Amino acid sequence: MWLLVLSPSIWAAHFLASYVGAAMWCGTMEDRAKSVDAMRLWIVLFGLVALLLIGIIGRIGRRKYQMEGGEPPFDKDTAEDRHRFLGAATVLLSGLSAMATIYVCLSQLFIRNCL
Amino acid sequence: MKAWQPPTGWRYWSEVNNSVVGLWYTGLVFFFLVFGGLLALLMRIQLAVPGNTFLSANLYSQVFTLHGSVMMFLFAIPIFEAVSILFLPQMMGARELPFPRLSAFGFWAFLIGGIFLCGSIFFNAAPTGGWFMYPPLTSRYEPGIGADMWLLGFSFIEVSAIAAAVELIVGILKCRPPGMRIHLIPLYAWYVLVAAAMILFAFPPLITGSMLLELERAFNWPFFDAARGGDPLLWQHLFWLFGHPEVYIAFLPSVALVAMIVPTFARTPIVGYKWIVLSAIGTAFLSFGLWVHHMFTTGLPGVTLALFSAASQAVAIPTGVQIFCFIATVYVGRLRPSVPMLYVAGGLATFVIGGLTGVMVAVASFNFQAHDTHFVVAHLHSVLIGGTIFPVIAATYYFFPLINGKLLSERLGRTAFWLLFCGFNITFLPMHFTGLRGMARRVYTYPAGIGLEGLNLTSSIGALILAAGFGVLLWDILRPKGKDPDAPRNPWQAGSLEWLQEMPGKPWGVRCIPEIDSRYPLWDQPNFVRDVDEGRFFMPDAEEEKREMLVTSIIDAKPEQCLRIPGPSFITLLSAIFLGGVFIFPTFKMYWSMAVSGVVALGCILYWLWHGSGLIPEKEEKAIGHGVTVPLYISGSSSVGWWAMMITMLADITAFVSILFGYFFYWTLHNDFPPASIAGPGLIWPIAGLLASLAAWALTMLARAWNRQEKPGSFYAGIGMAVLSAVFGIYALLAGPKQAAMNPEEHVYPAMVWLLVIWTALHIAVGIIMQLYCAARRYAGRMTARYDIDISNVTLYWHFVAITVGATVAVIAGFPLLR
Repeated sequence: MWLLVLSPSIWAAHFLASYVGAAMWCGTMEDRAKSVDAMRLWIVLFGLVALLLIGIIGRIGRRKYQMEGGEPPFDKDTAEDRHRFLGAATVLLSGLSAMATIYVCLSQLFIRNCL
Repeated sequence: MKAWQPPTGWRYWSEVNNSVVGLWYTGLVFFFLVFGGLLALLMRIQLAVPGNTFLSANLYSQVFTLHGSVMMFLFAIPIFEAVSILFLPQMMGARELPFPRLSAFGFWAFLIGGIFLCGSIFFNAAPTGGWFMYPPLTSRYEPGIGADMWLLGFSFIEVSAIAAAVELIVGILKCRPPGMRIHLIPLYAWYVLVAAAMILFAFPPLITGSMLLELERAFNWPFFDAARGGDPLLWQHLFWLFGHPEVYIAFLPSVALVAMIVPTFARTPIVGYKWIVLSAIGTAFLSFGLWVHHMFTTGLPGVTLALFSAASQAVAIPTGVQIFCFIATVYVGRLRPSVPMLYVAGGLATFVIGGLTGVMVAVASFNFQAHDTHFVVAHLHSVLIGGTIFPVIAATYYFFPLINGKLLSERLGRTAFWLLFCGFNITFLPMHFTGLRGMARRVYTYPAGIGLEGLNLTSSIGALILAAGFGVLLWDILRPKGKDPDAPRNPWQAGSLEWLQEMPGKPWGVRCIPEIDSRYPLWDQPNFVRDVDEGRFFMPDAEEEKREMLVTSIIDAKPEQCLRIPGPSFITLLSAIFLGGVFIFPTFKMYWSMAVSGVVALGCILYWLWHGSGLIPEKEEKAIGHGVTVPLYISGSSSVGWWAMMITMLADITAFVSILFGYFFYWTLHNDFPPASIAGPGLIWPIAGLLASLAAWALTMLARAWNRQEKPGSFYAGIGMAVLSAVFGIYALLAGPKQAAMNPEEHVYPAMVWLLVIWTALHIAVGIIMQLYCAARRYAGRMTARYDIDISNVTLYWHFVAITVGATVAVIAGFPLLR
């Protein structure tokens, strides 16, 4: 069941790290109009790592979800259908987490300074 | 039946059964809804015409502050807890929730705190700082007791909210019927599980923020005073770390009600069960990444705004997913028009409008223009009325037969709907335009001739129509129904378990605990109702005449324990009264009364635990039917008590992390934190405190092992040494800042250090009480090697104390070295 919340947790970790990093970076700058390209690059690079991890979790979910013998909506009273359901929900949450991580990274392509 | 019969006469108020407490709770929440609504009407009367003098500026400030606070803290959150306490056990085929006295305690705390806050306006003493109480307005420019009432009163109510969250989470995880695996639970339970978990992480930051602000108001500790190193923005961070998830805490359980209603009237299972689970969990996570969008105009760096703007856009995805699932369910099924569905449709349409304006205000550049205008008022009311109030009314019509066996009037229901729907849109649609024309929120009047008169008058007329709708609704709920026929059993032909109930219902929740193998057992399992009625499933009887329920495993709902739950008692009421004193007396600076009240509250809680928890049963096991035998007592991670402690401590550690967040906030943004001129607590005393506290933790674990090994001498010695170590730990931690003569009024740095050590010391002190409690239990024969839930849970508590002490010492002793 913990698998369900892993991908959103990775999004949260990346988001929090980006927020704290940006706050510290900008907080120590004399001139806020200066470029913060290095920080933006870090956010995007960490975003790619986060996406990779989310992809791995999504894959694990997919393996459970595609376990042989079951058909959606996975509502039979069996341990196998429970596995398939949790796998499918993991895949969906990984997709949402990936999208939210991409949103966060995209924002850094457009905003260039701390103003 | 006898075991579950509620007490009669004045003792009725000692009842703790969920069906009774849930009803009180729901009724009280509706009372606060009406009270908050009347305050809104006063505001609309004041704003009907320019330059109106119906309310003074001060009274208007009191009214809008109380309106927002009441609607958020006394309606939007508690309605879900009240409805869940009332119906959740039946939805899961359970007799009760696992801690009925905790539910009753939560209700009494809510009643006391709510009346205390609402009553303030009748003495012209209500807070005036807005429902989000921004300092320095509330720390320096709001004399009187209004802000103190808000800070302390709502902290008390938040304690009751967290208590209810613990109850609901453990209930959903551990009290499902056999066979109800995690993928078969009603969607309502999924949503409530998610929302209750959100409470654990969202409410503590506000409790921490309130503590900081009250310390500044009462003792001049400068957490938000920029002149002494403080920062008012910290409050905004802590408040909105609570405030934005809070919106979803209100919304998700309401949409959960929709998820129960739509399949019934579409006459088909929900389409996209797993998609809805995705959207509930996804929304919960993303909602914690949105708080700064309430702070876009505070001068935060552009890159930060972009991050939060991106997350605010992303949350629209899971929110939309569930609405598409409902539409798909209606499309796939054969819709039967009804009053509940009318409210569902009206609510979702209204919510979508609010959601779209939400996407607009999530764009920082638009937000700069719309901030603090009536556009935002229109947005948030669309979301909250569409997303919360309409679904709650839909649920009122839907679930009412479960309360007293009668149906509400369809004619009155439709009349109320059209009054509410039209009234709502006439009130709030014009506010988008007044807002875009620059009309500011929280200002008691506006000048004529700037294009606001007609729109405001329209809004005020709409508010009266809205109020008329609520009037019709209330009449329908409250009108005498003695002559109405009883509703037929399962009047809507629903498929979920709560509709097993006979009309009118019985106090036991469910005749016997069924075996479940479908998401809609009443539709899918043949002869299901007959089998339940004839007691063919589990626990059809309680031969010892004790209140009993079944505890099952978290994932697959396999039977684990027959749990005996305590019956009626006034101890919950007394505990709430005296704990209330701890929060209410300081409002009036009556600190000695507060201390006395605290000691009595502690005594009440210990009495409650001593007589009501961890009771040793007369036999080891009990047969529950179908050849299944389960123990009557379990301890450790399978027990409900262990989970309750775990969840409570997660909330506690979140509050602690919020304090640490404050420390890092100052450290990150302020070059003078810690200031060179103020000495820190040093290394020796904090490290001594750490070592002593860790010793107390280790000895507690050893005491648990010695108790299990039936070594009473070692157990008592272990507990004794643990207590001594813990006492020294407290002394050493407090000695650090004391020896360094750190003055918390001088600067925010010493104030933060003192706060961290006092917080930690209080936790160690509570740990000492727990250790002594375990020793007393063992001495009295109420705890043995086999029946050791007390020491098992206390050890779990001490794990969290060890984390708290470790983090405190690392911060107060380690961080000054980094500067």
